[in-house]
Amino acid sequence: MSGAPAETFRDEELLADVICRLIGQDNQQDCQNVRHIAVGAASPIPATAALLARERGQGRPYVSLLGSRQHTFFTDGARELFDCAGQARIDAFFLSGGQIDGEGNINLVSVGDYDHPKARFPGSFGSTYLYYVVPKVILFRVEHSRRTLVPKVDFISAPGGSPDNVFRPGGPIALVTNRCLFDFDRARRRFRLASVHPGHSVAEVIENTGFDFDRPEHVPLTPAPSTDTLRLLRSTVAPMLAEVYPQFAERVFGVEPPVPSS
Amino acid sequence: MTAIVRTLDEALAPIVDGCMLAVPRESSGVPMAATRALIRRGVKRLHLVTLPTSTLQADLLIGAGCVETLETSAVSLGEFGPAPRFTAAVLAGTIRMRDATCPALHAQFQAAEKGVPFMPLRGLVGSDVLAHRTDWKLVDNPFGNNDPIVLLPALKPDVALFHAPLADRAGNVFVGIQRELIAMAHAAGKTIVTVEKIYDGDMLRDPLLAAGTLPGFYVEAVAVEPRGAWPLPLPDHYAIDGAHIAEYARLAATAEGFADYLQRYVHQRAAVVA
Repeated sequence: MSGAPAETFRDEELLADVICRLIGQDNQQDCQNVRHIAVGAASPIPATAALLARERGQGRPYVSLLGSRQHTFFTDGARELFDCAGQARIDAFFLSGGQIDGEGNINLVSVGDYDHPKARFPGSFGSTYLYYVVPKVILFRVEHSRRTLVPKVDFISAPGGSPDNVFRPGGPIALVTNRCLFDFDRARRRFRLASVHPGHSVAEVIENTGFDFDRPEHVPLTPAPSTDTLRLLRSTVAPMLAEVYPQFAERVFGVEPPVPSS
Repeated sequence: MTAIVRTLDEALAPIVDGCMLAVPRESSGVPMAATRALIRRGVKRLHLVTLPTSTLQADLLIGAGCVETLETSAVSLGEFGPAPRFTAAVLAGTIRMRDATCPALHAQFQAAEKGVPFMPLRGLVGSDVLAHRTDWKLVDNPFGNNDPIVLLPALKPDVALFHAPLADRAGNVFVGIQRELIAMAHAAGKTIVTVEKIYDGDMLRDPLLAAGTLPGFYVEAVAVEPRGAWPLPLPDHYAIDGAHIAEYARLAATAEGFADYLQRYVHQRAAVVA
């Protein structure tokens, strides 16, 4: 995108811009061009990125936001998202985790022993299926700490990789946090530090990451969003978010929440 | 013949203690007025199945002590954070968990609606979700060659309960594009629906309405409850009452606060009519 870097932007705007570039990027041999992006539950920043990608592409890729009436074309109820993924008609999806480990395993269930947990998360949602079948899964976890990025997850909602005989066209391509961007090497099941966000450092990333990862000698700085990107986000994307993510749209972009009564 | 359209408490009578009750996700029409009525009645030992997730409804039923077993892909308050009574109950070990994943629950309902014993599903292999589900089976694809795949048993709830915009007097219920509600009704022994209002006429005679209609043939009872999903949204009709959910999240953070919420918004019925 053209345009000089803007002077001020919010973390959420930077992360949406990073995710938007990942959607468009072709860094895995088995990933074709992205025709359809789906966004699941509790994913306001990925939703922002997906809508930004659609705006930049003038209506393509298609975007399906779970829970939306306005930004989806599904007419077969809640199951169509999963059926569509099974048909290989979803090219990119987003997953998070209460814990994520260095092999790309994600935990959306609990900390400690499953039968006597020390902490409980909401549950696995669709991850135990979508992580396997969607070609480009972008992991996102805003809180980058040793609590969230751990050596080994306590519960595998979905594994980062599978043995060769398991049907697995999909899996992780990257992990985005509030501090940095990691690429994921599927063959080696390992993250590599790809860039560090403005205002953060490699030393800080190492300090706050519970798993080992690869890194180049010189780690680039994540580019700031351009003025064009910020304009698109604030003027066009933000009002669309208010339907599914009213709290987020109000907090980040100052959009008034929809009126509850009809 | 008993009329299909009944009062709320009459309609909910088949939801007896210990039954398996299926309910929809937040954006498909959650029967919150009915949920409050069940709590007032003091229903116990429910095996609650969410298709495929839940928010306030499951949290309220769990907090009020109505649930023995919870079969779900996830329970949270969405943008309003974790579901506090669900979290507390799992940590205290007071409910039995059957952790699932969204497409597995859809597949299990689809198996029941087809009258077959199981449905296969991709994914799952190597996860701890599968490891903790002794009722799910890993087999070798009989049509393949060294291709492990998981079989999920059909799920046949005793009762399916949801909220919809419209029903006619024959019990035909308009669900629009929320078509998993139709699978839910096909799979369940009985289906109970609350609706915003009654449609004067026969919805099956209008092809545009009929395409999004669950035939009354599958429906046990309908009760009219205007704003029956409040404080949750009813798509195309009203948005979520965010201020109320935020108040719930704050109160339900403690057992005392939750008891206060129940007293104000569930037991004192007048307060509910917003």
